Amino acid sequence: MDTLNLLLDGMANALTPENLAFAAIGVLLGTFVGVLPGIGPAMAVALLLPITYGLEPTQSFILFAGIYYGGMYGGSTTSILLNTPGESASVMTAIEGNKMAKKGRAAQALATAAIGSFVAGTIGTLLVAFLTPWLAEIAVEIGAASYFAIMLLSLVLVTAVLGSSKLRGFIGLFIGLTIGLVGLDLSTGQARLTGGILQLADGVDIVVVAVGIFAIGEALWIAAHLRRQPIDVIPVGRPFMSRDDWARSWKPWLRGTALGFPFGALPAGGAETPTFLSYVLERRLSRKKEEFGHGAIEGVAGPEAANNASAAGMFVPLLALGLPVTATAAVLLAAMRTYGIVPGPTLMTDQPELVWTLLASLLIGNTLLLVINLPLAPMWAKLLQIPRPQLYAGILFFASLGAYAVNQSAFDVALLLVFGAVGFAVRRFGIPILPLILGVIIGPLMETKMREALDLSNGDISGLFNEPLAIAIYVLLAIILIAPPVIQRVRGAPLVPRELDEQETRR
Amino acid sequence: MTTANGSNATEPIRVDKAQYGLAAALALVGIYTLVDARGLNVGFGDPVGPRVFPYVIGTAMILLAVLLALATARGDVAEGEAGEDIDLTSPPDWVTVGKLVAVLLLNVLFVNVLGWPVTGALLFAGCAWALGSRTLLRDLLVGAALSVGSWYFFYVGLDVPLPPGILDGIL
Repeated sequence: MDTLNLLLDGMANALTPENLAFAAIGVLLGTFVGVLPGIGPAMAVALLLPITYGLEPTQSFILFAGIYYGGMYGGSTTSILLNTPGESASVMTAIEGNKMAKKGRAAQALATAAIGSFVAGTIGTLLVAFLTPWLAEIAVEIGAASYFAIMLLSLVLVTAVLGSSKLRGFIGLFIGLTIGLVGLDLSTGQARLTGGILQLADGVDIVVVAVGIFAIGEALWIAAHLRRQPIDVIPVGRPFMSRDDWARSWKPWLRGTALGFPFGALPAGGAETPTFLSYVLERRLSRKKEEFGHGAIEGVAGPEAANNASAAGMFVPLLALGLPVTATAAVLLAAMRTYGIVPGPTLMTDQPELVWTLLASLLIGNTLLLVINLPLAPMWAKLLQIPRPQLYAGILFFASLGAYAVNQSAFDVALLLVFGAVGFAVRRFGIPILPLILGVIIGPLMETKMREALDLSNGDISGLFNEPLAIAIYVLLAIILIAPPVIQRVRGAPLVPRELDEQETRR
Repeated sequence: MTTANGSNATEPIRVDKAQYGLAAALALVGIYTLVDARGLNVGFGDPVGPRVFPYVIGTAMILLAVLLALATARGDVAEGEAGEDIDLTSPPDWVTVGKLVAVLLLNVLFVNVLGWPVTGALLFAGCAWALGSRTLLRDLLVGAALSVGSWYFFYVGLDVPLPPGILDGIL
């Protein structure tokens, strides 16, 4: 078992006292920030990016691994203890979790979420460790034309398949692609869309874009619609589960993991679909169907596991192809680039130590998360009572600090405000943020691959179709885009399953 | 994120006028992208050049702007993003947003002159005040602790010296 040995080597690297301390700090910081209302995992990672500036790549990755899983876990705590979920992936957790909390079973809901996240995260990370080298080996053979097709596929999937409005999805995507154009053209060195501003020649720092759109945009949007009356926070004791809770939780954990991982690993983006599917599945399989909608523990265990498994799955395309499929992955990719590390098929062979240490630290971070957070849950719950003016003032403070610290330039802070305005507009008009962020990151990669492919064919458009894989992907893409409307017309009924409709109206 | 509040299809068409503004802005960005791309030179022996991508993006942007305008006229209404602290039933509070933007802008203007330890503290207190906090003195103290603390954290912990501004020599 080659992979196992490499992973154990990674463990050995990650298990020094210093690195363990970084993992613990990451988990604590990530949970702290993730628990705060209004902050999802992507924003947590973006906000905490500056604190890794002075660190070695390995240590900062270990820190990130902790922040990432911590942020995910923090988000689910929030959605269980408050009635309204912060991000779409926690919607399903919130339905049953909050009902459980209201019935005085907050401790059990938090426990099944935490242990389920641990189970799913551990299985998921192990799958990443086994799949990534295999995929990377295949990916080395992939030419520019197929790469271009893969990126196109993932953008179209994220934009057109997820989300409620295709038009808004594409608007988000093209805003992102336009932002991605800013800066010097890579092969000819000419400035594009800089408006003559010198500071823009290097392009826009993705940290500034992400923090602006996530943090500033969110804070301004919340300021415009701030809930003036305080929301109820349900007090919680130390999480624990009875024998019955265990018996009802372990199967949903495993099923949730099985659903979540493939969705995270395929470029279909996001945990929304698998968490929803897991919820529906658990409701169908449960022997206590009547409890669903009134706080069924299966309805927390399954979706939470699916959520975390898909969060782990996203590392497969990120590490093997250099392709981010979620907003958090996009921010992580940006973080890796600041260290001159370019994820992609050659990363596994160029810097194996780094990759295996990262994977090992994901496993460690996941374990620490469980060990640290179960006893600390009552303390995290108190965070939800921070007065809102100070909370959002703090977010704006750290966002500004992060942007300023990149280059110590006031220009970056001004740029941050501009993206904050974009983030506000995007929320006001219901434009999804994921395609936008992915557009900023994937757009320039796509252009590079497209020009590479067309250079080889001397500008002839056939250069984009000269690989069987590329053609297969275009066929798949056509099926995805054409099939749903056609089927809908033939059947005369919406393709959305009935249960989805029920859920939507119940909320 | 949908919050179905039982709107029926038979209601009179409600036009979200602000969406025309968005469509116009998108169209302008698209046009600017095209104009900017026209000014680029395609090198000799470069079969694709730096223009193609912006051309595609700019054109698509204009097309999307037109589609959005059409959808708006047909009664397409944007649904604002929901969240833990968001109450979408109230009208937007532009005064608060304006105050926040003003505070953030002041930080941009003065951060290089006064330094982060000073402007950061004012930023925190200012934002808290804009959002409705009435404990100004406490906010200023918390802000000062945060900004000086973060300055030292970057200086000592991360080896990233942020300019100290007017507090040079004191910190």
